[in-house]
Amino acid sequence: MKHLLSPLDMNVDELENLLDLAKDISLDPKKYSHYCDGKKLATLFYEPSTRTRLSFEAAMLNLGGSVLGFSSADSSSAAKGESVSDTIRVISCYADICAMRHPKEGAPMVAASKSGIPVINAGDGGHQHPTQTLTDLMTIRELKGSLDNFTIGLCGDLKFGRTVHSLINSLIRYKNVKFILISPKELRVPDYIRDDVLKGNNIEFEEVEKLEDVMPQLDILYMTRVQKERFFSEDEYVRMKNFYILDKSKMEMAKPDMYVLHPLPRVNEISVEVDDDPRAAYFKQAQYGVYVRMALILTLLGLN
Amino acid sequence: MLNVGQLNEGFVLDHIEAGKSMMIYNNLGLDKLDCCVAIIKNARSNKMGKKDIIKIEGGLDLVDLDVLGFIDHNITVNIIKNGDIVDKKTLSLPNEITNVIKCKNPRCITSIEQELDHVFILTDEEKQVYRCKYCEEKYTR
Repeated sequence: MKHLLSPLDMNVDELENLLDLAKDISLDPKKYSHYCDGKKLATLFYEPSTRTRLSFEAAMLNLGGSVLGFSSADSSSAAKGESVSDTIRVISCYADICAMRHPKEGAPMVAASKSGIPVINAGDGGHQHPTQTLTDLMTIRELKGSLDNFTIGLCGDLKFGRTVHSLINSLIRYKNVKFILISPKELRVPDYIRDDVLKGNNIEFEEVEKLEDVMPQLDILYMTRVQKERFFSEDEYVRMKNFYILDKSKMEMAKPDMYVLHPLPRVNEISVEVDDDPRAAYFKQAQYGVYVRMALILTLLGLN
Repeated sequence: MLNVGQLNEGFVLDHIEAGKSMMIYNNLGLDKLDCCVAIIKNARSNKMGKKDIIKIEGGLDLVDLDVLGFIDHNITVNIIKNGDIVDKKTLSLPNEITNVIKCKNPRCITSIEQELDHVFILTDEEKQVYRCKYCEEKYTR
């Protein structure tokens, strides 16, 4: 049985097949509207999430399937002390596939080891969020035509941002992708990303502090949110939060075909005035997220 | 120099870094053995200056060499038969170790899941890096 626990669980060929399927779905979603008739997706969300949970639910409903689940640990048997292993064994009797978000890192892996149904990691603490990475990859491929030969700027919280780490790990498998890492010193990528992943694989990258300096070089700008919960003091958070704000004046420095991505939700790091710029792709990205999750559900259920 | 009785049948864990023998004693569960076990601390060594030695009367199956390799793969294991060394085994870093060390990441699922094994995987042999199987947190010695 196949699960998706990390973005690297799929090799490049499998990923290409999945993204091809997602593209086909995007071209004619109705064609797929009965592929999952009679199938059930369990959404096991041990911590709140609006976007990811609804994206999964929309994906399953679009395929003709149905959805059951819970959206916080308080409303699940975890509140009574049930282990992840026991919960998944029971859920395996109720559903055909499940998406799990859990605050503890590695929880979906424990679930997968005991599960009778495919498990999709929908985010485990600060560890992995593979369906966000699939969404990001699909968005880049759709907008740029391929996942080779481009320069991507990753901006904001590169230290704690799991989406950034997963995206770097996935993109180094493609040809001629250059990384420009834009962050304050305090929020630079962890050493293992710089040394083991980038230097270790001879990947071209540079680290800068000012977004303005590199805007003209970028083909993709991936913005991230500085998360309040990662900081010990309010002052430090406020200072970092306002470090990068993408606005119209910065967009004027960018190439006409540079696209802005963001995993959302945003706080203030992208000014609302940028939303109407045709290069602002973050809401399109949310739409691609549904298609890629539809493709993933079909693939893991063997219905593709 | 202190003399400890000669071993006729068994094995000797030699070249243990001075001071580490009790850790090995505990991690290998030697306290549970019924056979004779001798611990020598701070023995003189040309190579190491000082070293610890553990002598165990019994078969090599009494200990988990993977655990020993994880603790210190420079330890040599001398197999003794009729009072002579008949074989020397060198250790290597095991690819996976279970329930020898605990994940210290408070966000790891091992911190709450009942009876879940603590498993670490060797991810970089050259730098001797082990990471938790579940959360990938690096183990620092």
